[in-house]
Amino acid sequence: MSTQRTIEESSYLEHKGRFKGIFSWIFSTDHKRIALLYLFSILTFFAVGATLGLLMKFELIAPGKTIMDAQTYNAFFTLHGIVMIFAVVIPGLPAVFGNFLLPIMIGAKDVAFPRLNLMSWYLYVIGVSLVLVSQFAGQGPPDTGWTFYAPYSFRTAGNMLPAVLGAFVLGFSSILTGLNFLVTMHRMRAPGMTWLKMPLFPWTLYATGWVQLLATPVVGITLLMVVAERTLHIGFFDPTLGGDPILYQHLFWTYSHPAVYIMILPAMGAISEIITTFSHKTIFGYRFMVASVLAIAFVGYFVWGHHMFTSGMSGTALYTFSILTFLVAIPSAVKVFNWISTMHQGSIDLQTPFYWAMAFIFLFMVGGFSGLILGSLAANVHLHNTHFVVSHFHFIVFGGTGFAFFGAMHYWYPKITGRMYDTRWANIGLVLFFVGFVTLYGPMFLLGMNGMPRRYFDYDEVFHAGNIVSTMGSWVLYSGLAIIIINLFSSLKSGPKAPADPWGGKTLEWTIPSPPPVENFDETPVITKGPYDYN
Amino acid sequence: MTTETHRDDLASKTGMWLFLFTEMLLFGGLFVVYSVYRYRNAEAFHLAAEELSVFVGTINTIILLISSATIAMSITAIQKHNKKLTLLLLGITVLLGLAFLVNKYFEWGEHIREHIYPGSPILASRGQGDVLFYGLYFFMTGLHALHIIIGLVFICVIGRLIIRDKIVHDNFVLLENSGLYWHLVDLIWIFLFPLFYLIT
Repeated sequence: MSTQRTIEESSYLEHKGRFKGIFSWIFSTDHKRIALLYLFSILTFFAVGATLGLLMKFELIAPGKTIMDAQTYNAFFTLHGIVMIFAVVIPGLPAVFGNFLLPIMIGAKDVAFPRLNLMSWYLYVIGVSLVLVSQFAGQGPPDTGWTFYAPYSFRTAGNMLPAVLGAFVLGFSSILTGLNFLVTMHRMRAPGMTWLKMPLFPWTLYATGWVQLLATPVVGITLLMVVAERTLHIGFFDPTLGGDPILYQHLFWTYSHPAVYIMILPAMGAISEIITTFSHKTIFGYRFMVASVLAIAFVGYFVWGHHMFTSGMSGTALYTFSILTFLVAIPSAVKVFNWISTMHQGSIDLQTPFYWAMAFIFLFMVGGFSGLILGSLAANVHLHNTHFVVSHFHFIVFGGTGFAFFGAMHYWYPKITGRMYDTRWANIGLVLFFVGFVTLYGPMFLLGMNGMPRRYFDYDEVFHAGNIVSTMGSWVLYSGLAIIIINLFSSLKSGPKAPADPWGGKTLEWTIPSPPPVENFDETPVITKGPYDYN
Repeated sequence: MTTETHRDDLASKTGMWLFLFTEMLLFGGLFVVYSVYRYRNAEAFHLAAEELSVFVGTINTIILLISSATIAMSITAIQKHNKKLTLLLLGITVLLGLAFLVNKYFEWGEHIREHIYPGSPILASRGQGDVLFYGLYFFMTGLHALHIIIGLVFICVIGRLIIRDKIVHDNFVLLENSGLYWHLVDLIWIFLFPLFYLIT
């Protein structure tokens, strides 16, 4: 019904507000414009992080020094880690697609606190700027890795303070986004949208919001303690002053393991939306999906110790953390089974976003299974700090969250931009991206099992063959990425106009014009049916 | 540019409560660190704690408790249309907050005169337990004092809004939220006080 109105009503992209030009974006409190601010910043930093990764892989093409020395390599993997974790994957899906779609999917006009939402983006920019300043100011770039492990993080001459403070500010931005979403979902759901009529993407953002809220302050205070340690020599984590470096690791992972669920939960939500839309079938086991999301978020708080199996913990603690880690696999497997069952007897429409979802499921499963190997105590001792770990978390964080991010981008692109992209180039890009990904990270499993440690710019001759394959994979991956980005950008102008519901989706965002009008809905929708009503 | 949505006081209060959770977890991390090091250096913590002045600590606790009462009363006052009394009670709250900071200043000053501060060689010579106790003492009370300052700034801004009639008897959620924040700052002190002054 609302599609006819598209012409007379101005979309959020054309709307004339109080400010002009760039200020109509950076002063806007419209959740859709803020989402695009995030999208462009995150893509920029993703490009920075990916380029650093590409250069690191090139360094590893042969043993010994290839293009950079050891210290530069240390600085590169540190910056790659900080930028990718804190500035790309953690905010990624919630800040971009959550901001854009959460209010629309629950039938609201905006988030609960629009100005706070804009402030979160400013904090994000300040945080990333601090991280980048650390590269150029002071004694040289940080070289601790993104984990800032004590005691090295306050002994190194590297310029740690801005980097640590940057991570602190980014954490604060993430807390405010989570807080905003939680209140939005509690207070602003459309009439008739009970909790169990809420689509799955908002549900995953709900669980994520709680994790952001309850886990991030712990890393915040830990990072402040590192700052105090460096400036005031307080001795929290310094063994020479009576402090305990292992305590730092506990505090750090108390946040940073739940942070992995901040990354993966919204990814699962986006994949759920894509699979149900392109199967044209109600999601299988909706209530189980909701329960498993909450279960993953809950159990995720209690598994941080599995990052520290070799750091020194009591036997009881080791067994407990190992068992709890295995427990997380159960709700994760429930999700995979439900995705597959949704496709069963569905009428599947093979479009680009669906291919991304397929790639996601495959890579997520490889990542998940390798996680179980790492979660078992005996294997962990052998594999800890090898390339196996690097491969495992890239399969989850890049193969999982990263692929879901691009899947979501191809799924909601018509809604956000009002244009369709070129499907053929999108698919070519995806195939290259996928093949490059597996070629890049696949050999790392073998290298790690054979004992190649992570975080070294050099390696033994026996690892040469695997590294050549891996580096070549990085080139394929990078070219695939270039094709995807170029295709999406060029379709902004030249793509055909998108209808309101190009894929046959049933959630609320497909009932309004593409791109959405400023106020999202002409009249507040009244919800009477479940979110995926295909009958 | 979204037009102003309708006011939702419950949403604002929910948001504030969620924010207070994060504040509690922020200090929660420090409480964990405190308990670990207290457990490991029980005797040194015991002796060091006896050096702190229970008298000043008690005075400061009473000051903060009264200030919590006055800000709570100011919320009732504004609901009863009594603008003058609201401002008076907020003024008292601010003065009490400042009094707390002044006490803290003299307390810290005393320690620093005796060369007890993080990084001081004299403190280092007294052993690791003392270094950790005073490190935690300065860091935690310092972070708490920072929260007091932020709270005072909020209350002053709120006072200005009341003078300009932006906060009135049927729209006082901002005042209520500042009150919540001030109570949290008070609550954290209620935990810091026994941890540093009373458990000896």
